[in-house]
Amino acid sequence: MAITDDVLVVGGGIAACTAALSAAETGARVRLLAHKKSTLRQASGLVDVLGYIGDGGPSADPFDALDSLPADHPYHVVGEDGIRDGLRIFDEAVGDTYRGGHTDTNALVVTYGGTVKPTARYPASVATGLASSTGDMLLVGFEGLTDFDAPVAADHLTASGVPFDVRGVTVRYPKSFRSDAKVTRFAKALDRDESVSGGTVRSVLADTVAAEMDGQTRVGFPAILGDDHDEEVRDELADRLGVPVFEVPTGPPSLLGLKLEDMLFDALDDAGVRISSGNPAVDFEANDGRIDTVLVDQKSRLTPYEADQIVLATGGLVGKGLDSDREQVTEPVFGCHVPHPEDRYEWSDPEAFGDHAFARFGVVPDDELRPTGEDGEPHFENLRAAGGVVGGADVAREKSASGVSLATGAVAGRLAGEEATQ
Amino acid sequence: MSDAESPTNPTLTPDAQTDDFEAVDVFAESTDMDLRPGADNCYKCTACDVSCPVAEVDDEFPGPKFQGPEQWRLKRKDDAAVDDSIMSCSNCMRCDDACPSGVPLSQMHNTARGEYVDEEMDKLSREYVRNRILANYGTLAQLGSMFPRLTNAVMGNSVVQQINEKVLGITAERDFPEFATQTFREWWNERGGPQVRSEEKRVAYFHGCYSNYNTPEVGKAMVRIFESFGYEVVVPKQRCSGTPMFANGMLDDAKRAAGINVENFSGLIPEGYDIIASCTSCSMSLRQEYPELFDINGIEDLSAHTYEALEYLRIHEDLESEIREASVSDQSFAYHAPCHGRNQGLDRQAVELFRELDGVNIEDVGDSCSGISGTYGWKEEKYDKSMQIGSDMFDHMEHAEGNVGMTECPTCSMQMEHGTGYDIKHPLQLLEEALV
Repeated sequence: MAITDDVLVVGGGIAACTAALSAAETGARVRLLAHKKSTLRQASGLVDVLGYIGDGGPSADPFDALDSLPADHPYHVVGEDGIRDGLRIFDEAVGDTYRGGHTDTNALVVTYGGTVKPTARYPASVATGLASSTGDMLLVGFEGLTDFDAPVAADHLTASGVPFDVRGVTVRYPKSFRSDAKVTRFAKALDRDESVSGGTVRSVLADTVAAEMDGQTRVGFPAILGDDHDEEVRDELADRLGVPVFEVPTGPPSLLGLKLEDMLFDALDDAGVRISSGNPAVDFEANDGRIDTVLVDQKSRLTPYEADQIVLATGGLVGKGLDSDREQVTEPVFGCHVPHPEDRYEWSDPEAFGDHAFARFGVVPDDELRPTGEDGEPHFENLRAAGGVVGGADVAREKSASGVSLATGAVAGRLAGEEATQ
Repeated sequence: MSDAESPTNPTLTPDAQTDDFEAVDVFAESTDMDLRPGADNCYKCTACDVSCPVAEVDDEFPGPKFQGPEQWRLKRKDDAAVDDSIMSCSNCMRCDDACPSGVPLSQMHNTARGEYVDEEMDKLSREYVRNRILANYGTLAQLGSMFPRLTNAVMGNSVVQQINEKVLGITAERDFPEFATQTFREWWNERGGPQVRSEEKRVAYFHGCYSNYNTPEVGKAMVRIFESFGYEVVVPKQRCSGTPMFANGMLDDAKRAAGINVENFSGLIPEGYDIIASCTSCSMSLRQEYPELFDINGIEDLSAHTYEALEYLRIHEDLESEIREASVSDQSFAYHAPCHGRNQGLDRQAVELFRELDGVNIEDVGDSCSGISGTYGWKEEKYDKSMQIGSDMFDHMEHAEGNVGMTECPTCSMQMEHGTGYDIKHPLQLLEEALV
């Protein structure tokens, strides 16, 4: 006996969640098998599809730019329909907490570093801070939250030529925490509107910021404006300041990423997807070119999970879906072929932000997203891959990570579900 | 994650070794576990800090990133002692589950806490005495359950509770768990041990302290369920799994108990027995902390053959079909997954299984920590924080349809009952009702 399902999705990030939701739509019995807490908590919460091609400027419309991508890019496998399907699944999962679905055009979102990122979907709390809309901007940072330096971010934005004035200030948060305090403490204090000298956290913060304002028509804060009651916090601050208030997405630990994780996992629950998390998939049993069982390392003991169809969505080099040593690059669970130059010095470019070969490392999909061997044939007839483990996209330079995950997840999940329920 | 599993320098893996490479043991003179790879794997993303229930309510607590990798590095300098904040870690081990980089955080915390208690703590202090008493609950329970009714009356006396708080620092807010009038082992001996014999299907039950002294009905349910599936159940002599000892830095006590458990259980493995625990902290301890903290012959073998009861049946039997065909009288449960169950990947199995059981409505009350964390919530100075951590869970329980709680963990069940007044059941009790 083993724990048995129709479709087993190995991974816990945005690609795995999308693949599981997509497979569930076909009526298949789906299980998500995640090693750890989802890496979405490390993510900004922004969903990009395609921001840049080559060394050109930002792409206005990601769908117009698809043809210019290299031939082995995963977008060519799934096509525009696949991307749209991925976005549809995402939109249905997050509802009105995200914006951007009204148009194909990229929105320009202001980042923590004061850059502008072309993005397809963004949290509602970010909406009034888009660089593509006009209105002078005040960015507010806090002493003790050293990751976000508002004056520097403002200078960066100004230097990048945004069509409005930006000023950045660093103020005291109304409540003092230990140095290096958790971002959740800042958020919870606003959530609960805790009492502080001179009023409450929300009112004192609004007074502090009002004193810094000089005709700006919108105010941006790091994305710590509340957790369970974020909308209420934003509304009250906007009300007190008399101008819209927005959030700037942060690095890890990212509250916007955590909220996205919660929403996607709620959607999985609603779709009846089963979830087993906390242990890594490490091995498998196969017969006649089909995987029968995925073996999960549950504290040094292997537990078998049986499924008719498998989706590999374990991430790229950072997510540990790909592994490398001084000799070679490997896909550690199923041993799929990952092409890479013989000479390790060709894996990267001497320039830090150069055109690195390693950025595009990953498994090579066939037209059904099945990872192929050196001979171009699928390793296993019932294994598909989605997300960062798929090679061919330089997601950091293209600003396409979420889009590749959504599109390949949607297609791999649907095909797996259809096969399993036939 | 144990050292054996955590990613080490890739050049040290056997298949990547080349002839011209020699591994150098940086700390050759040290006999301790080498935690360096763990510390080196930390890239300070602070996912662990965000997952820490204590850091969320205790502004003085620096969080797991400091307690683990940062403190480990500071300790490389001879003049740095372990910071006393290590005693505020509740050993929930959520940081292990959050770390994307394989840092063995709880192992680092346990090791640092042991060192702090050994080297920094005054052995005559009230805190040490109190912690020693709490950590050795199993010994106390053995005494208490000799005269269960008397003990229950005395421990439930409010004067005694006040004295406990004033003299020992054990909170007077909580009611001591009642001792059963007949322990599980007394019942087991009375029934004459195993009722089913089998060469193929054999399990050894690690009941732990609580199922034995306080809730023998859980142990009985385990025995009856496994026997109904045709398993031969044996119940070897055993000591506490060590969980409360790790959490209080009493590693010598834990090692003694571990030695006895390994001795009594590991010999059964070659005879085809797997080890089953009904408490998720017991199974956690045998599976993860034992091999991480102690070098005892047979301990890895014990770890690799230990299962939680429901998990074992899911893997080895068609439990889902059995449940789908069964039905029970209408009842609704508010289920809470214990942190230690979560870390074994068991947090969703009860809800997943019982959703399929006719007559049952079961709801997960969220992924927050219950806040009691074994002995943590029993300490007078930690009581308020313990209740603050638990407030999310209490909220969710109040809003759940059911007014009976469910969890695998004895101390979580105390906290659930304490915060809501609900009766609490173990999944095995419902499973027994469905299948036996």
